[in-house]
Amino acid sequence: MGIVACRRCTKAQPLGTQTCPRCGHVLQSREPLSLQRVWAFWVLGLMCYIPANIYPMLKTRTLFKVEESTIIGGAVDIAHYGNYGIAAIILIASVVIPLGKFWAVAFLAISVKQRYKVTNHRRQILYEVVEYIGRWSMIDIFVVAILSALVQLKTLASINPGVASIFFALSVIFTMLSAQAFDSRLIWDAEAKDGGPARDER
Amino acid sequence: MKDVVSSELDVELDGLIVCPTCDATYRFEKPANGERAVCQRCHKVLIAPRRNAGLHIIAVALAVFFLIIGAAFFPFLTIDAAGNRNAVSILDAALAFSGGPMIFLSLATAALIIFVPLARVILTMYVLVPVVLDRPPARHAIRAFRLSEAMRPWSMAEIFAIGCAVALVKVADLAHVGFGPAFWMFGVLVVLVVAQDSFMCKWSVWNSLEHPKAKRS
Repeated sequence: MGIVACRRCTKAQPLGTQTCPRCGHVLQSREPLSLQRVWAFWVLGLMCYIPANIYPMLKTRTLFKVEESTIIGGAVDIAHYGNYGIAAIILIASVVIPLGKFWAVAFLAISVKQRYKVTNHRRQILYEVVEYIGRWSMIDIFVVAILSALVQLKTLASINPGVASIFFALSVIFTMLSAQAFDSRLIWDAEAKDGGPARDER
Repeated sequence: MKDVVSSELDVELDGLIVCPTCDATYRFEKPANGERAVCQRCHKVLIAPRRNAGLHIIAVALAVFFLIIGAAFFPFLTIDAAGNRNAVSILDAALAFSGGPMIFLSLATAALIIFVPLARVILTMYVLVPVVLDRPPARHAIRAFRLSEAMRPWSMAEIFAIGCAVALVKVADLAHVGFGPAFWMFGVLVVLVVAQDSFMCKWSVWNSLEHPKAKRS
């Protein structure tokens, strides 16, 4: 149609306009390096996620012993005490959601190039879920922050953050960047290319 | 000949709106207050004007501003175990990761739960106050609004609130935990932050920044 649209303020401009006159956002019909950036951040996120699960997240020092627990170990401990709900929240926020996100972003990036029997609308929903839910993985970092600030009872007990917390935070940040780098318009391009005007969906 | 075509296009362009997520193009028609214009293809909400939305957002933003400042400094949680007492503020919690490379994590946490929400509120007020008062937009208002929108995913106050709940249960059997005033302030804050985001119609803000004289409905 000879139009390039601003993704930030939805205003249409003639093709070839460099920056949006309304909001100053850089105009690009499609982000040229979108997929490369997605994969770069994806790999970084995965690399940080591995040490995040191997090293201890929390160092708990009580009267006589020092305990170091990893993410999964900590959740298992909580489940042993009978708090199944909290154990489930932690497992979902720090294991299920991150792994699901890695899978979902990879799937979206691959499905842009290859055809799958998943409707565009499903993929769009998947993308929105990933963008929305990614931030919730930060929950574990905040729990560690609150615990280690709060539980500082001199000799009795103290909790300190472990090395894994820094890797976990980085992993969450990288996967968020990876999801943001994905240009959702690519989802809809795949269909338009296959013939048939893209607008006639539904 | 070419000039004619391009000028024709210019006239047309103002009457178009393009969905930012799927690039579908629509002829622009402003929905009435309370109605929503939704992309037919990907179901993204494009325009959702509300009556007096600007005023509501400013009121909420002002409340959030004071709550953040209060919540950051007042004691947030207190812990009691065998005569040892400890009270922490949110700022303490954010700065818990001290020493070595952990300091970066400290700064990041502080930014995510206090400074980013605070900055967004200030920017929102800076952009919207002149617009609501029917004055010309403030200097760099457009840049300010862009920055505020870019920070949206990094504002994690509500996630911190859930984190609190989890942490409380973890400590509950270890020691007695009490709530400080900041805890309740933060609870209200989370509700307000979510409300503020849902009131905001981005298109209306851009439109009023572009046509400052246009009468707002």
